[in-house]
Amino acid sequence: MFEIGLAHYLSLASILFTLGLFGIFLNRKNIIVLLMSIELMLLAVNINMVSFSVYLENLVGQVFALFVLTVAAAEAAIGLAILVVYYRNRASIEVEDIHMMKG
Amino acid sequence: MIIQALAFFMFAIITVVSGIMVISSRNPVHSVLFLILAFFNVAGLFILQGAEFIAMILVIVYVGAVAVLFLFVVMMLDIDYKKLRSGVMKNASLGVLVGIILVVELGMAIGGYKILPDSLIVSDIAVKTPDNITNTAALGNVIYTHYFYLFQGAGMILLLAMVGAITLALRKRPGVKKQNIPNQVMRSAKDEIKMVKVKIGEGI
Repeated sequence: MFEIGLAHYLSLASILFTLGLFGIFLNRKNIIVLLMSIELMLLAVNINMVSFSVYLENLVGQVFALFVLTVAAAEAAIGLAILVVYYRNRASIEVEDIHMMKG
Repeated sequence: MIIQALAFFMFAIITVVSGIMVISSRNPVHSVLFLILAFFNVAGLFILQGAEFIAMILVIVYVGAVAVLFLFVVMMLDIDYKKLRSGVMKNASLGVLVGIILVVELGMAIGGYKILPDSLIVSDIAVKTPDNITNTAALGNVIYTHYFYLFQGAGMILLLAMVGAITLALRKRPGVKKQNIPNQVMRSAKDEIKMVKVKIGEGI
């Protein structure tokens, strides 16, 4: 119990990943919280990568955690920019309205 | 050892609770703030594991950039969030089902893993952390040598994201009065001033 091993970190990561997935189901309408759920899932992936990197004494996992971080930042920036443009056009951010977009 | 365990459980429990609050809170501003709390606690976990550089980058990039970006957008858009909360429970049962299946599968995967002894052998690319240098220096030794092209690619992705975000969000608004410096500089007195002989008592 008090010996913190790889399994503890992996359990935490899987709980966090599932929370992110559940958040996508729960907040189907609010696209901002949807993006935040995706960030939670990416965070869980990073925990996995860093844990394996530490326990296998292999730095490659941390390098790839860095790249995941990069892509997550880029995704958040682009996603929020699209959101702002969409809000300007329709004055709402409901996901259900997006099928109204044509062309 | 017991202090390490206590620190792990503290960080882990706060992370999970704030994750729950992120997806269930009514106000998106609270969601963002709980997301920041989760990021801080995961950074604490990374420090506990000895990955200090990733922890610092997590705080700087996620808390300093991504979460603040979310905060800006949430506060900038004038949205009735109550309307967006309606029908939340519609998909919850399906979500719980998928979540339980996923947790069970991941638990089975974690419970049954075995690390092959071959994977512990360090190849020439997989660099073992040397004992005499810090985590940051060891990471730098790997990134700037074996992963240099990927590192450059990550930079290109960030550049692309920046250009894309600016292109998307930039707009030309008509009817805005702006200072046009070239026009101001190009004006000359000859074009603008007219000499008029005024007759006394008549005006122009």
